[in-house]
Amino acid sequence: MNAFGPAESNRVINRAPSPLVARALPWLVIMAGSVAQGMPLIASAPVMPPFGFLLLLAWRQLRPGVLPVWAGLPLGLFDDCYSGQPMGSGMLLWSAAMIGMDAIEIRFPWRSYVMEWLVAAAFILGYLLLAGGIAHVGGSIPVLNALVPQLIFSVLTFPLVERFVAACDRARLWRFRAFT
Amino acid sequence: MAPPNTRRTGFSKRAQYGTFFGYVAALAGALVGGGVLLVSLLDHDAFSGVRGLAADVAAPAGSAVAAGRSGVQDAGATLYGWLTWGTTNKRMAQELELARVRLAEARAVSEENTRLKAMLGLRDALGPGNPKPVAEARLIQSSATSLRRFATISAGSDDRVAVGMPVRSPLGLVGRVLEVSRSTARVLLVTDPESLVPVRRARDGLPAFAQGKGDGSLQIKLINLGVNPLKPGDVFVTSGAGGLYRPGIAVGVVTQLSRDGAVAKVLSDPTASEFVSIEQVFAVAAGMPEALTPYQPPVPERKK
Repeated sequence: MNAFGPAESNRVINRAPSPLVARALPWLVIMAGSVAQGMPLIASAPVMPPFGFLLLLAWRQLRPGVLPVWAGLPLGLFDDCYSGQPMGSGMLLWSAAMIGMDAIEIRFPWRSYVMEWLVAAAFILGYLLLAGGIAHVGGSIPVLNALVPQLIFSVLTFPLVERFVAACDRARLWRFRAFT
Repeated sequence: MAPPNTRRTGFSKRAQYGTFFGYVAALAGALVGGGVLLVSLLDHDAFSGVRGLAADVAAPAGSAVAAGRSGVQDAGATLYGWLTWGTTNKRMAQELELARVRLAEARAVSEENTRLKAMLGLRDALGPGNPKPVAEARLIQSSATSLRRFATISAGSDDRVAVGMPVRSPLGLVGRVLEVSRSTARVLLVTDPESLVPVRRARDGLPAFAQGKGDGSLQIKLINLGVNPLKPGDVFVTSGAGGLYRPGIAVGVVTQLSRDGAVAKVLSDPTASEFVSIEQVFAVAAGMPEALTPYQPPVPERKK
């Protein structure tokens, strides 16, 4: 027995990972991130990192096969319901991010951790700028000074989000009692 | 770790089609998202039903978190107070002395005011100074990641909350109700870039507009251009123009002058206000609901 569940040696025989949990958990974690990002504080400025989007990036980087390319559409729709952005901005940007991550993976199959972080930082920068631009169509004042602290905070939070996703990824394959 | 290559599918026709249609779906998703975005930018209310449903579903979790949030904030305030109690105590004692004098003066003015009104025979058309709120609610969620500033409150159409009603905390104006669902409502905060509140300077009634900047402060736009008469420390209150907000609700205090106005700090910071009250729309409360209908130019009669 180690910290992450039963080790190979003393595995109980009628326990198996549930395919439902293994498939649904990434989606549920990202959706929970979308709902939770507005709750910890009632903010008067955009200060929280976009946790839903960070979780999407982290899952995509750590477990490339687990989310299909089109996952940006439903997850972005869900995020739009809670983020306060105009409806459709998440659907568009999250879909574009999934396609972009796929292109980067094909172009650079072998990546170091620093490069993964830089890629994620570039995606976060693009996402925040574009989302800010979309939210501000028809507005008069560019609000870059509100975005810079959020960007720095998001990029610095990303490794922690990856840690969290790694922990969820272990939980994804938890062994439950199998009825067969 | 070598990444799994999902594009190289081998000879399986099924896998090939699966990958191909995955990419088609992803591109179509981006296009659909763009279309929906265009619709929602042109018509802001287009998807309010979906959002309202989503907010209702998340409301219990939001209320639970809101209760915990106030506890955490109290802990922080207690710690900070422990470190600064000496200086704060001294300053507050001085302020209290001043405030007592001011209060006595204000009472005198108020008495004089009633006396003068009685002399003129004026009926107080606008009712008492502090009307009874429609509902009291908690702020349960805010758009903490977006440039748009929205909050969700834990009262909806079941509590007779309606679109347009002003939302305030004891410290001042928080925003106004934008969309209502059954048990929650979405509030456009005064700091949102699209929120525009008609205000006046509390001291002399200098008219202006307070527009949100999206970063937690307000831009005060003067109506009369010319020499900028504003000074840091000027307090702005709602003027009642437009008929949405009743006059005299505190909005912001000027912190920094700009070329054609000033930047003001919001007095009722939504971060600190836990409970808010939702008030009746001013024009309705004052018995003049027709003031809210937009002006329609008279149609010239067509000659036969």
